[in-house]
Amino acid sequence: MISKKVVLRFPEEIADKPLVSDICKKFELTFNIMRANIFPRKEGILTLEISGEENSFNSGIQYLKDNSVSISFVEESINRDESSCYHCGFCVAVCPTEALIITDRKTMRVDLFKDRCIACGYCVNVCPVKAMSLPDEF
Amino acid sequence: MFKVNKTIEEINYKIKHGEAVVVNAEEMIDIVRKNGTVEAAKKVDVVTTGTFGTMCSSGALLNFGHTAPKIKAAKVWLNDVEAYGSLAAVDLYIGASAVKKGDPLNAVHPGRFEYGGGHVIEDLIARKPVRLVAEGYGTDCYPAKRIEMEIFIDDLREATLLNPRNAYQNYSVATNSTDKTIYTYMGVLKPRFSNATYSSAGQLSPLLNDPFYLTIGIGTRIFLGGGIGYVIWHGTQHNPNEERNERGVPKTGAGALAVLGNMKQMNADFIKGASILGYGVSLSVGLGIPIPILNEEIAFFSSVSDEEIDAYIFDYGHDYPLKIDNTYGLTNYKKLKSGFITINGKKVPTAPLSSYSGAIKISETLKQWILDKKFFLTKPSVSLPQSGDYEPLKYLKKYEKNL
Repeated sequence: MISKKVVLRFPEEIADKPLVSDICKKFELTFNIMRANIFPRKEGILTLEISGEENSFNSGIQYLKDNSVSISFVEESINRDESSCYHCGFCVAVCPTEALIITDRKTMRVDLFKDRCIACGYCVNVCPVKAMSLPDEF
Repeated sequence: MFKVNKTIEEINYKIKHGEAVVVNAEEMIDIVRKNGTVEAAKKVDVVTTGTFGTMCSSGALLNFGHTAPKIKAAKVWLNDVEAYGSLAAVDLYIGASAVKKGDPLNAVHPGRFEYGGGHVIEDLIARKPVRLVAEGYGTDCYPAKRIEMEIFIDDLREATLLNPRNAYQNYSVATNSTDKTIYTYMGVLKPRFSNATYSSAGQLSPLLNDPFYLTIGIGTRIFLGGGIGYVIWHGTQHNPNEERNERGVPKTGAGALAVLGNMKQMNADFIKGASILGYGVSLSVGLGIPIPILNEEIAFFSSVSDEEIDAYIFDYGHDYPLKIDNTYGLTNYKKLKSGFITINGKKVPTAPLSSYSGAIKISETLKQWILDKKFFLTKPSVSLPQSGDYEPLKYLKKYEKNL
C-alpha cells in the first residue's frame, strides 16, 4: 500500500471527464480530496491523497497523464529558506493541516512537517520575510 | 529602604573584572522563585531581555554625502521607495512602511506588498547596493536637479536607525468576530473567532521586566538590530497609566521606546523587511535591553513569568477598526503560548507574530557581550514618563504577602 498527495491540473478540454472516478474503478484506488478549485477559464485544480497498491497507483497516475492531466507530487515540494525564517509564527495562524506548527512550547520555534503539507500556498502568501516557497506548477 | 543597594558603577566594575553574574529574563524566574528576591538581587547583577517582532514605527536617517555638482535633494527614492527629503540637502529619512512606487496596494485584496522601506533598510544593512534617485529644483549653491546613483551603506556619511516607537511594553491579542477572513497587521484572522494572534515576547520582553521604567530611560544603552543603540525618548503613544495587574504589569500596550542606533554595525539577522499580507510593509526589529539588578524590587520585577502577564483580547474584525471600546476579556502569555485560549467559552487556536526564539537569541547575545566585557550598562539621564501607580516596594510587598 502506498499513499501520496498529488496536485492534478485539468485543462478545459477534459474538465467534463470523470477521470478520478475512472482510476478508482479501474485500478482500485481510493482518494481523499484536500482541495478543489475551478477557475474562470474552466481549468480545474484538485489536490488529492491517493492510496492503493503500488502497481495500481502507478497505473492510475499513468492513466491520468495519458488523459492530459498534469500531475505534481506534493511531498517535499514546500520549501523553507532557513536563513530567512525567524520563527515569528505568522504562518502558524493560516496553515490548515498543522504542517507548520509549534511543538516545542519552550523555544516556540516553528516546525515544518513536509508530509502534512497539501501545497495550498497560504504560508507562501503570508510569510512576512518570504521564506516559504512552492515550485511554479503549484 | 532596600535590603540590597547596588549601583550601575559597581555592576560595571564587576563586568570589567569578569565577575558580573548575567542571566536572561527567563532564567531569572527560577532564580527568584528558589532564592527569594533579596538573595536573587545579591546574586544576579544583570538580567538581559529581548524582543523581535514587526515594529512599523521605524525608519532610517541617512546622509548620502554631496555629489558633484551638488543637489538639494527635495524628493528622494531608494530602490523606487520614496523617502522624505525635506531636511538639509543630502539628509533623508526612509520610513519602514513606505511602499514601492507602482505597488498595486490592496487593489487585488489582499495585497502582497512585496517591497518597501523596511526592505531598503534590510538591504542596506545586508550591504547590498541600493539605487538612489533624487530630484531638486536647483539653487545657486545646489545646482543639480536630478541625480541617480548606487549607494552602499559603507559609502554613506551616516546611516542611523531612528525608530519613534519600538518595544511596546505589552500588546493586544487579536481575533475576528465577523463572517469573513480579515488581513491585518496582526496577521490573518479567520472568521467567527477561529483563531487569535498575539505579539509580545512576554516574559522576555524588555519593558515587561521593568514595568515602571526604573532602570530603562533616556540614554539607556541597548542591543538594536545586532548592534549597539540607545533609548532616546519615550515611544510615541507611550502611556504609563494603562490598567495594571497585581504585579504592576500593564494589561495592554502601555509603555514604548524611541530608539536609535548606528546601522553600519547592525546585522540583517536581526533586522528584516516584512511584507504583511493585505496590510503593508514593515520592519522586524530585534531589540534587547539589559536590566541592572540594583535592589530586590528590580529583581522581583525582572522575574515576571508568562502566567503573570495578562493581555486583553480585541476584535479586529469589528470593534478595533471602528474604535469601539470593547474587549473579549483577559488571557495571559502562558495560555497564549500553549496554543489555545478560550474566547466566549470557545477553544481558539493561537499563533504568535513576534519571534520568541529570536528574543531568546537576542537576550543570550546581549548576555555574551556583557560577559565578554564588550557592553557596559548606563544610567539613564532622564526617566521615562512614570505611572501614578508606582510607589517604591508597593508591588513587591503585595506579592510577598500573597506568597
